[in-house]
Amino acid sequence: MAGFSSNQKLIKSRNIITLDVLKKQKQLIFMSAPLLVYIIIFAYAPMWGWIMSFQDYKPAKSFFDQQWVGFKHFEFLFTDPVFFNVLRNTICMSIINLVFSFVSAIGLALLLNEIKNIFFKRTVQIISYLPHFLSWIIVTGIVANVLSTQGIINEVLMKMGLLTEPVTWLSEEKYFWGIVGVSHVWKEVGWNTIIYLAAMSAIDPCLYEAANIDGANRYQKMWHITLPGIKSTFIILLIMNIGWLMNAGFEIQYLLGNGLVIDYSQTIDIFVLKYGIGMGRFSFATAAGVFKSVVSITLLLLANAVAKRVGEERII
Amino acid sequence: MKKLFRPGKFESLMFNGFNAVFMILLMVVTLYPFINTLAVSFNESQDTLRGGIYLLPRAFTLKNYVAIFSGGTLVNAFFISVARTVLSTILNIFLTAMLAYALSRTEYVFRKFITTVFVLTMYFHAGLIPVFFLMKGLGLINNFMVYIIPTLISAFNLIVIRTYIRTIPESMIESAKMDGAGEFRIFIQIIFPLCRPVLATIALFVAVGAWNTWFDTFLYCSSKQELSTLQYELMRILYTAYAQGGSAALGSGGLAADQAARMVSPMSIQAAITIIASVPILFVYPFLQKHFVVGLNVGSVKE
Repeated sequence: MAGFSSNQKLIKSRNIITLDVLKKQKQLIFMSAPLLVYIIIFAYAPMWGWIMSFQDYKPAKSFFDQQWVGFKHFEFLFTDPVFFNVLRNTICMSIINLVFSFVSAIGLALLLNEIKNIFFKRTVQIISYLPHFLSWIIVTGIVANVLSTQGIINEVLMKMGLLTEPVTWLSEEKYFWGIVGVSHVWKEVGWNTIIYLAAMSAIDPCLYEAANIDGANRYQKMWHITLPGIKSTFIILLIMNIGWLMNAGFEIQYLLGNGLVIDYSQTIDIFVLKYGIGMGRFSFATAAGVFKSVVSITLLLLANAVAKRVGEERII
Repeated sequence: MKKLFRPGKFESLMFNGFNAVFMILLMVVTLYPFINTLAVSFNESQDTLRGGIYLLPRAFTLKNYVAIFSGGTLVNAFFISVARTVLSTILNIFLTAMLAYALSRTEYVFRKFITTVFVLTMYFHAGLIPVFFLMKGLGLINNFMVYIIPTLISAFNLIVIRTYIRTIPESMIESAKMDGAGEFRIFIQIIFPLCRPVLATIALFVAVGAWNTWFDTFLYCSSKQELSTLQYELMRILYTAYAQGGSAALGSGGLAADQAARMVSPMSIQAAITIIASVPILFVYPFLQKHFVVGLNVGSVKE
């Protein structure tokens, strides 16, 4: 939003490259060229590694001595039941996280928006932003403690009479996705409200005054003014998140996952790590990584096209 | 909806009441795990295993912390964490700002091209294995520089800083040029000081990121104990404690800390490391939250 108006005037001032210009901009080139080389080495050069997925890569051999195998690894991948599970886990956890985080953030933003006492509101905000800055290690440590057999969740549920004996939450397959979703909410809900609160504060106060005169109550104002006011923010964020569908996260699943829930905890990233670095099946793991990247890029371009179609800002 | 009572006074009061209670609950749910962890970290290890520690330690002790700091491993990990955080923040900020300045110059012929090359990296990743081989090829495995070099520039921060630099009046740069200052000198003496607010914010975010990460240690430096970071040590303790299944594993097997830690249960060690690992964050937090607004604006900045 902010960057767009200034972009317009930049597009007009197209410059032509001549030797004279290059000489004049020598210093700017010195300041940027090494970093361009840097990013090409670190972000673009590794893409040559995708070739590995079409080979039986052996680290000891040189590039030209590698054996080419075509789509063998991809065929393996799609017939592998483990990979099917991994794909399902990734997509399902992504969707759960997406739904949980959107609903919780918008809900909390709506409620925060109703608080009139500035000091109280600030306090709630500052405290709820805090977990965003902690590493997943710390958060998973906290989650594991809270959910342990002696943890506070079991204790509260037992005192309330909802449970007769403690549940080993982290050893049950059926709870895993939910635990991941709720942990994300705990960590990020406050932080995620920031952008919605900003959108809400941009809503014209006249609208609320007019609604007051018409006798609208609080819920009607929320429904007819506040929610439509954050609609475009919501759509942009939703589209951006669809591009991230293949990234269900890695750390929390890796850290909380254990042998008992492995069929439900492994994501693509863990799969790549385990087969590639762990077992040395580099080509096979790269194939999984390539698949993930290709799907991600496709989703991103699709989302971008949809954004254009519905008249929202494009994301690329 | 027609109102049954007089214009919703009672209802409004109810709503505000419930809202306040909800917010207080939210704060409790957010803060309780910390306070509990803090209490556990200061509690006698054997006593903790009996359960029932909530907000305050029952048998106060500093032993858990002593156990951590008496084993050289974790002290070393702490210093590695500090070193990587400080170094990568300084380099990251300086280089990103320098590039952002060059890319903010509208007359610069490669501006568009270089910006695109960087922006695309926000959306495309080569993947774990190819990057691993790159690091291996560059000799960065088991090398401290692997903590610094791969994260020198983030495209996102680049765009944020560039957008900020554009708000600086062109006339200041023009007049410096008139006085014969070169681009690099303009950057150092004018742009860098003027960008202090945005650079401070980004520095804090970069520092938090560098402090919190463990994956690069895990991937590139796990076979070299001297390069271990605090988060990685914490991860090892957690992982050995929980990987076997739920809370079943409270035994002392596979503990990352040294023999000194043997007398202390993993649960207490974990609590104490959690506190040590989050204290720096809690320390910079007041500075961070002043700048949240910037973080929020960046969400809307795109090329």
